[in-house]
Amino acid sequence: MAVVSKETALETKPVNPRVKSMKDFYKRLKKNKSALVGFYVLLFFFFVSIFGAIDANYGITGVSSNATNLTAKLQGPSAEYWFGTDHLGRDIFIRVLHGMYITLGVGFAATFLAGLVGVPLGIISGYFGGWVDTVIMRIMDILLAFPGILLALAIVSVLGGSTINVTIAIAIGAVPQFARIVRGSTLTTKKLEYVDAIRALGAKNGKIIFQHILPNIMSPIIVNTTLFIATAILSAAGLSFLGLGVQPPTPEWGAMLNDGRNYMYQASHITFFPGMMIVIVVLAFNLFGDGLRDALDPKMKK
Amino acid sequence: MSENILDINDLRTSFFVEGNEIKAVDGVTFQVPKGKTLGIVGESGSGKSISALSILQLIDDPGKIVGGSIRFKDEELTTAKGSRMRNIRGNEISMIFQEPMTSLNPVYTIGQQLREAYKIHQGLGKREGTKRAIEMLELVGIPSPEKRVDQYPYELSGGMRQRVMIAMALACKPELLIADEPTTALDVTIQAQILELIKNLQEEIGMSVVMITHDLGVVAETCDYVAVMYCGKVVEFADIETLFENPRHPYTVGLLNSLPRHDIDQDELVPIKGSVPAPDEMPSGCRFAPRCPHASDICRELPELETQEDGNDVRCWIYTEQWDGEKGVKVYDNETTS
Repeated sequence: MAVVSKETALETKPVNPRVKSMKDFYKRLKKNKSALVGFYVLLFFFFVSIFGAIDANYGITGVSSNATNLTAKLQGPSAEYWFGTDHLGRDIFIRVLHGMYITLGVGFAATFLAGLVGVPLGIISGYFGGWVDTVIMRIMDILLAFPGILLALAIVSVLGGSTINVTIAIAIGAVPQFARIVRGSTLTTKKLEYVDAIRALGAKNGKIIFQHILPNIMSPIIVNTTLFIATAILSAAGLSFLGLGVQPPTPEWGAMLNDGRNYMYQASHITFFPGMMIVIVVLAFNLFGDGLRDALDPKMKK
Repeated sequence: MSENILDINDLRTSFFVEGNEIKAVDGVTFQVPKGKTLGIVGESGSGKSISALSILQLIDDPGKIVGGSIRFKDEELTTAKGSRMRNIRGNEISMIFQEPMTSLNPVYTIGQQLREAYKIHQGLGKREGTKRAIEMLELVGIPSPEKRVDQYPYELSGGMRQRVMIAMALACKPELLIADEPTTALDVTIQAQILELIKNLQEEIGMSVVMITHDLGVVAETCDYVAVMYCGKVVEFADIETLFENPRHPYTVGLLNSLPRHDIDQDELVPIKGSVPAPDEMPSGCRFAPRCPHASDICRELPELETQEDGNDVRCWIYTEQWDGEKGVKVYDNETTS
């Protein structure tokens, strides 16, 4: 085991995988322009969604996302209705704004839940090996055998459609992905000599796992998390579009796409704006995630 | 021999890979007298490191200790509970690993890692732990330790890191230190310093040391006793003077012959012919027989490790009654004429 580590020690200069400071990290991220754009777009959306959430619940603008106005239905974008109105005369801009925190929230929550379950499973599996590993990974394989959206569909149809159930359904589908990545990283990390060294000092397994292995495998976890949020948003929108996710009249973007589906020829803006928002958010997450991967990879550091 | 702090008897550690049993350590027997240094010498793959890891019960799946006994201060370690072993590790028996570059966790400072040992075994808090950590760093000769405790491993050179490793291993003043090729990855000047350091600390704390190495120069410099290992077995166990002046086993002689010497004129070194057999084609008799210049028919059977008149052990038919050939093994200087 020492032979391998010797080579890597010679090839790459000793690097601290923990990003030494945010400044250093930002400097490396800045080199990747598209990632930086993604980062700023996300930052912007983050604040907008907070505003949207407050507005939806406490009414700052005074416009409700569900206020119907049948005299002004199916109107195109105008100064009064920036994104136009839908078949019930609801303001699409307001609906997109108020739906943003739901869409982003489901994405974050599902990813967080998946990580919360998947990361410990992966570490335990990789660290202890043997039958524990076999049992956990076979269960993960079973989950992976279903296409993600199909699994989520099945879970939602059992639990019933609601924001929380959609989140859970998407999280369950993502657990194996986390478990696998973490298991792989754990397998390489536990072979390193500092793990042997700390064991030789008499540390308990729990301490070794959480204090010595986990911090060293954070970067793949972070990258995977960022990239998965995008997938989770797409899945949530997909489920809502199929009418199985977030229930109308909640202004979820997927559900809004479904609303506009029947009016595509007469009023394409009803589907266009929520659809475009989904594309922008997902794209931003993917760009940022890719940039993050490069920035956190010590081998890319030059 | 004085009282033994560590007594290993017929230790067997095997790895089970795809249904095959690979005997990495196959009946190893040796003792470490209290306060002394035992060197374990052998080629790569002779089972030195696995023996060391077996002592601390750090053999991982698919490896397993399948037999024999390890007695540390009259306590059997092969059957010790997990909690007892954790208490022994780092506290009574410590280990230094051979690769200083990867033996420190890159995400923690030197101080955090040194404090670990104090936290585990003595329950010391941050302030007291840091104080001790600085003392330890000073002891192992690291300049400006107050500054170093807050640095990360990547900010230190290889020799520095090995010193930190030693400081970590010695933090709780263990009675036995296992050094697994502590100087292999370091350059010669640092190597000498590290060996000197271990020696000085040994005198200071009064601990025993097991020095695992393939460098006979290191052995000559630091050890009191030597166990020569070949293919998972001890082939010769002798005190340091006997080993270098009167080596008995043909393998030991071969090792010495392949070293350059200053006292005689020589044009070429004499290497041991062949290479270590693969674990699955291990000869059934004497493991060294296929490469041994003295091998005869009797070597198809495995000789025992037998004690000679001077108290040293050797595993070779030549030193038994059954041997019918020429007694004694040719030592290098008799052989060279050129």
